[in-house]
Amino acid sequence: MDHLTELENQSIYIIREAYKNFKNLAMLWSIGKDSTVMLWLARKAFYGHCPIPLVHIDTSYKIPAMIEYRDRVAKEWNLNLIVGQNKKALDAGMNHEMGRLVCCEALKTQGLAQAMEEHQFTGLMLGIRRDEEGTRAKERYFSPRDKNFEWNFKDQPPELWDQFKTTFAEGTHIRIHPLLHWTELNVWEYIAREKMPIIDLYFSKDGKRYRSLGCAPCTGSIDSEATTVDEIITELRDTNISERSGRAQDQENTYAMQKLRAKGYM
Amino acid sequence: MGENGGGPSGRLMRLVIVGHVDHGKSTLVGRLLSDTNSLPEGRLQFIKDICDQQGKTFEFAFLLDALEEEQEQGITIDTSQIFFKTAKRPYCIIDAPGHKEFLKNMVTGAANAEAALLLIDANEGVQEQSRRHGYILRLLGLNEVAVVINKMDLVDYSQEVYDRIVDEYTRFLESLEVKAKSFIPVSAKLGVNIAKPGKTEMPWYEGPTVLEMLDRFPGKVPQVNRPFRMPVQDVYKFDQRRIIAGRVESGTVKVGDELVFSPSNKRGVIKSIEAWNVPELPEAADAGTSTGFTLTEQIFVERGQVASLVEEAPIVTTTFEANVFWMGRNKLEKGRTYYIKLTTQNIEVEVAEFKRAIDASTLETLANQDYINRNDVAELVLKTRQPVAFDLFGTIAETGRFVLVDEYDVCGGGIITHYTPLTDVDRLRDETRYRDSHWVQGAVTPEMRAYRNGHRPALILFTGKPGVGKAELAHKLEEKLFNQNFQSYLLDGRNVQLTVSADLTPDQTRQTHEAVRRFGEVAKLFTDAGHVVISTSNVFNQEDHSSLDLLVAPNSVIEVQITNDANPKGVPQIVMTIDEARQVDAAIEKIVAHLKDEKILVGHNYSI
Repeated sequence: MDHLTELENQSIYIIREAYKNFKNLAMLWSIGKDSTVMLWLARKAFYGHCPIPLVHIDTSYKIPAMIEYRDRVAKEWNLNLIVGQNKKALDAGMNHEMGRLVCCEALKTQGLAQAMEEHQFTGLMLGIRRDEEGTRAKERYFSPRDKNFEWNFKDQPPELWDQFKTTFAEGTHIRIHPLLHWTELNVWEYIAREKMPIIDLYFSKDGKRYRSLGCAPCTGSIDSEATTVDEIITELRDTNISERSGRAQDQENTYAMQKLRAKGYM
Repeated sequence: MGENGGGPSGRLMRLVIVGHVDHGKSTLVGRLLSDTNSLPEGRLQFIKDICDQQGKTFEFAFLLDALEEEQEQGITIDTSQIFFKTAKRPYCIIDAPGHKEFLKNMVTGAANAEAALLLIDANEGVQEQSRRHGYILRLLGLNEVAVVINKMDLVDYSQEVYDRIVDEYTRFLESLEVKAKSFIPVSAKLGVNIAKPGKTEMPWYEGPTVLEMLDRFPGKVPQVNRPFRMPVQDVYKFDQRRIIAGRVESGTVKVGDELVFSPSNKRGVIKSIEAWNVPELPEAADAGTSTGFTLTEQIFVERGQVASLVEEAPIVTTTFEANVFWMGRNKLEKGRTYYIKLTTQNIEVEVAEFKRAIDASTLETLANQDYINRNDVAELVLKTRQPVAFDLFGTIAETGRFVLVDEYDVCGGGIITHYTPLTDVDRLRDETRYRDSHWVQGAVTPEMRAYRNGHRPALILFTGKPGVGKAELAHKLEEKLFNQNFQSYLLDGRNVQLTVSADLTPDQTRQTHEAVRRFGEVAKLFTDAGHVVISTSNVFNQEDHSSLDLLVAPNSVIEVQITNDANPKGVPQIVMTIDEARQVDAAIEKIVAHLKDEKILVGHNYSI
């Protein structure tokens, strides 16, 4: 069994466990490559169907092409799409100039919390990977969040033999990470193998492309000539710059991601 | 040349590093990353900057300990996973905490690994967690283990120190029936015997370096040549297909195979193996594949059932022996109810007996304890509320291991070591499963008989106190069905006693399980011949009825209980009062109507 098939099998197993064990389950779709691969895997797990609603948190600062792509794919794939937005914070004028971490916390974390509250979701699937950054390397496939949305990374449940934490106290919820064991390169190799449609912001235009997608003000593009999936794979094999180097919030201070993620950031 | 920032591609070898706290696990991992040029650009500088900021000396361990608390306290709290690559292959390296308090995180790391490096500090020697982790690795079935003796620089690279530790730890491992692949003396801090051989420092050592050892581990191979097992994860009906989904845990299965689902014993033949976005549907599915299939006939299958080929079914029982390690805040104790998660089964369970409670850091037996505390292990007997399907861990690891859930949390893990039937029902279940898988089927199938007879076979049992009119109803029902050209037969318990049970004494006939077994097997033969068997059963109690269900399955047992009690015993399909039973014709009509509802009586020339 080749390594992509092995990764795929494990992710499908996790997605099916989540679907079976959580009545109010949603999938967070950031429009980026990882969560789109997760969506693709769900369609594999459920034989062309996606019985799980998708949640997109629209900060209003997303790159416009992302919204266009989102709506087109949702229609083509017959998806149940829920768009969440922290309108109160936006009305109060929230933006990254008030502080990147403050802005992420308000528009992404709180936006998500509001959408979860409104729809009473108790399980949330996310496309994060261990190789992205240090605190994600310590994540579980099924990771509990408390009433205040917080991640207690110092006291995580054990996880062995694919027996996951599927029971939880009232008011808490579980984050499910089906792609946790993939690497960035794996994701692109899989996109190539499956001939999966992917948003074209990842491909080079005028010598620049996005390696990681987020809000327009905080997401930088990288120098690149890669215009196809295969060229991206070749480029990644040769680079030694980390994936999230273009994401300003990570670089804000030493434990920026730990702090953001402890409060419920993706 | 730096490792790519996109992470490795290709199949990863998953490796865990364990050992006592402070024996240098994170330092070893940091050193491996650095010596194989596996750090993303800027990472080393980033960590060095943090150290400067905080006024600390740089340590390789900081590369892994991403949590603020970990770097402040200098101990790994949670497992982290890091990727690196040798010339041979890419690795995912799992750094597991060595502090006793974080055992569950160590277990999480080790359970996901294919091989392990166990670190021992040359200066401190074998410590509590060195032994506990050794024991846990064995319990997890991780046999690919090498021992790394670290901080050799602190003992002047002394061969004597090395030999003493090798000797002590070898004896410990032997008591667990484990053999280490090698003992490697190193200095992780100075990079001796990690990537670069330590010929200058330790000319007396002739074994591999750590990197050489890693490349020697064989890696996990899917169990394709073992018996086929697929625990059912879910059943999907998103379109016209009814797909039974799950992951093949061992063996292989192909279109056309006849399967049995355990514990229910339902059978079905694979019509198609389903997939999405593939050029054509697969003909087979191998171990490791998350798959799904349709059956030629619709049978009731649900999550928890384990699919296998008919002739190599798993064990089904309610009691078995296991080795368990415990990570819960509350102790594991006798008499309390927990949940066992075994493959996709999730069932209430309790400890029936502690055979031996063990302190995992010393392997000492804790005298006559009926519980174990956090971080200890035990050999025990578990009893489940309903039958579970499994294999012994030594036969098929994937279907022979489980976790125990206390309240909301996974608190223990274990492997199934022995199965010996302990109760009459266990023995009977074994008998029927063996019988059914070896049954010699004639040329005439049950479907052909049902079509000819106009009915499916069944055992109809009339129950109730003496004198309520069971015998009269039984005789009338036999006659009524016969007159409608159905194959009915009155099997009186007395007749079985006079024939196959003639060797039993009157006491045995009244009281023993053996009399029930014989009656049930005779009923099994008659139902196999297609008959509707009718009986009155004064000699049987309620437990015996579940034995009869077991023996006559897959054919139905229908109990008609005649009683004036508002709460009938057991779960009879039909209940009637004594007065109702006396209205014989109406009573018979009621039973016949039930048999039609249950599709036992379907009528002649009805296509089944």
